[in-house]
Amino acid sequence: MTTIALLLITGLGLGALYFLIAAGLSLIWGLMRVLNFAHGAFFTVAAYAGWSASRLLTSSPAELRWAVAVVVAIVVGGAFAALTEVLLIRPLYSRHVGQVLVTVGLALATISLVQGGFGSDPQPFAVPDWMTNTSSIAGAGIPNTRLLVIVFAAVVLAVLLFFLQRTRFGLIVRAGVENRDMVQALGIDVQRAFTLVFTIGGMAAGLSGILAATYYGTVDPVRGTSMLIFAFIVVIIGGLGSVTGSAVAAVVVGVLQQFLNFYAAAGVGDFSVVLLLAVVLLVRPGGFSGSST
Amino acid sequence: MTRSVRIGVAVLLVVLAVLPFVGITIPGLFDGALNAPGTLNLLGMCFVFGALAVTYDIVFGYVGLLSFGHALYFATGVYVTAIALARWHWSLPAALALTVVVSLVLPLVLGAICLRMRDIPFAMVTLAFAQAGSILVMQNPFGLTGGEEGLALGGDVLPSFLVGVVNTRNVYWVAFALIVVVYVVAWRAVNSPPGRVWQAIRENERRVGVLGLNPYLYKLGAFVLSAFLASICGVVYLLLQGGANPQVTTADFTLALLVMVVLGGVGTLWGAVLGGLAYEYLDFRLVALSNAPAVQSLPALLRVPLSEPLFLLGVLFIVLVLFVPGGLGGALRRRLPLRA
Repeated sequence: MTTIALLLITGLGLGALYFLIAAGLSLIWGLMRVLNFAHGAFFTVAAYAGWSASRLLTSSPAELRWAVAVVVAIVVGGAFAALTEVLLIRPLYSRHVGQVLVTVGLALATISLVQGGFGSDPQPFAVPDWMTNTSSIAGAGIPNTRLLVIVFAAVVLAVLLFFLQRTRFGLIVRAGVENRDMVQALGIDVQRAFTLVFTIGGMAAGLSGILAATYYGTVDPVRGTSMLIFAFIVVIIGGLGSVTGSAVAAVVVGVLQQFLNFYAAAGVGDFSVVLLLAVVLLVRPGGFSGSST
Repeated sequence: MTRSVRIGVAVLLVVLAVLPFVGITIPGLFDGALNAPGTLNLLGMCFVFGALAVTYDIVFGYVGLLSFGHALYFATGVYVTAIALARWHWSLPAALALTVVVSLVLPLVLGAICLRMRDIPFAMVTLAFAQAGSILVMQNPFGLTGGEEGLALGGDVLPSFLVGVVNTRNVYWVAFALIVVVYVVAWRAVNSPPGRVWQAIRENERRVGVLGLNPYLYKLGAFVLSAFLASICGVVYLLLQGGANPQVTTADFTLALLVMVVLGGVGTLWGAVLGGLAYEYLDFRLVALSNAPAVQSLPALLRVPLSEPLFLLGVLFIVLVLFVPGGLGGALRRRLPLRA
């Protein structure tokens, strides 16, 4: 029972990290039809920015250092994403493949630059002591970082849903996902919505980057790429363009991965996630939430 | 193709074929003499990547399928042959026969699933399958793949004419034959009646369907052909490297392939060749550049970016996509009397 509780909550934590990346990817795809490979770069750059900020404040209390790191990561992730959208994606609006290619180039260049600047080995990331302690849930000692990541993801999900359902910009984004041409025809500036969605996606990816650093206790230049691939899987399984679908799929993928990696063998969980993707595509090509592609 | 270009290509092919007998040195371009084993190995690698870029251009440039899983099929050629030779001690012909079967069946099954999606979702799904392949290789199931360390071919598993520094020229000729054969097969394929349907699908898939053809089957055919040829490239890569390394299974490897094709110019076979050759050569030479004393003595702000070949290639790639959409091939075509 304790093992199950531990695996369940660890899996939820992993799912939370996937969700934070996938939510932005899903919205960007839904609205702009851009497969954003640079999302992994937002994740990595933001994590390293937060880590650097935390290292500058060595004399401050651990809680403050961590909080500053989180804020810096969110801001850097958002700013990087906004710049990417304005400088690289915008000139290529009529060329979808070109947009994907540019994000591929950006991801390659950025991640190798981070590796060159900070080394290819993971660097330790300092967190407050209470985070590395464990809480007892159903008899299992759960590391507090797991719970923290889950709480953050739940808050982001709530904020995103509120934004999408209750605000004017959210309405434009939702309408744009349904039918972009119609929104444009109604005289609404969709370009601003593009930049906004990219920025929000970048902020969520940045948060995911620094939370992953908290979760694993290190920053790692290549973690963003592997997380991105699972986030892609989450996005497809959840249904492209749907934030709620991504949340459900992220939980399923994270928990499945943890259980099989533990009970079968390391790697089996990762592998079976891809099999799950194949099955979902065969049975329900639009994912959990979609009707068709 | 005009007559002068045709003669130029013929001369180039003859020169490349007799290159192992040419002992001259070209300073700056290669470190050793042209027939030195190091130079021949680098050129052989360039041929493999040129051929691989051609196979990728079939699906990406001619059918318009943005696959992010091409590395999987290349790695299939590398790993299936390596495992049959080094772990099971099969003879080379038997290992090749197995590789041929696997590299036809695997893309047929995976392609059938992936092609249920279109455009970008297709790209994501191919990426996911390639990642599964990469995980499988890394996990070293039953001690077959060697995990992160890769799998070295011992000296005794290959016929002796393919082993050793003195025989580099034989492997060079194999690589040279590979690029010629792959190019000819690809050229025949894209100019055949199905090849015309592929290009029609790239332009307007729905219209092809309305005309009574089944785009799914044509796409699957192109996918399997391209994957199969990529596996053959993988076999030659294995011969050149003398072993398998997990690097070739990663998503980064597919992305590099994409960079090659875009570098050369999408939708022209010779552009893809050019891109593959240029990428492999630059990748190799840029590592040498980053270790040069002139770069190492620069301040960190300049030294770090210049020491990262992938950073330079990534930036070059972005610039090409933004400002030279036709790639090197497109830029050249405007100056030379060539047709697409």
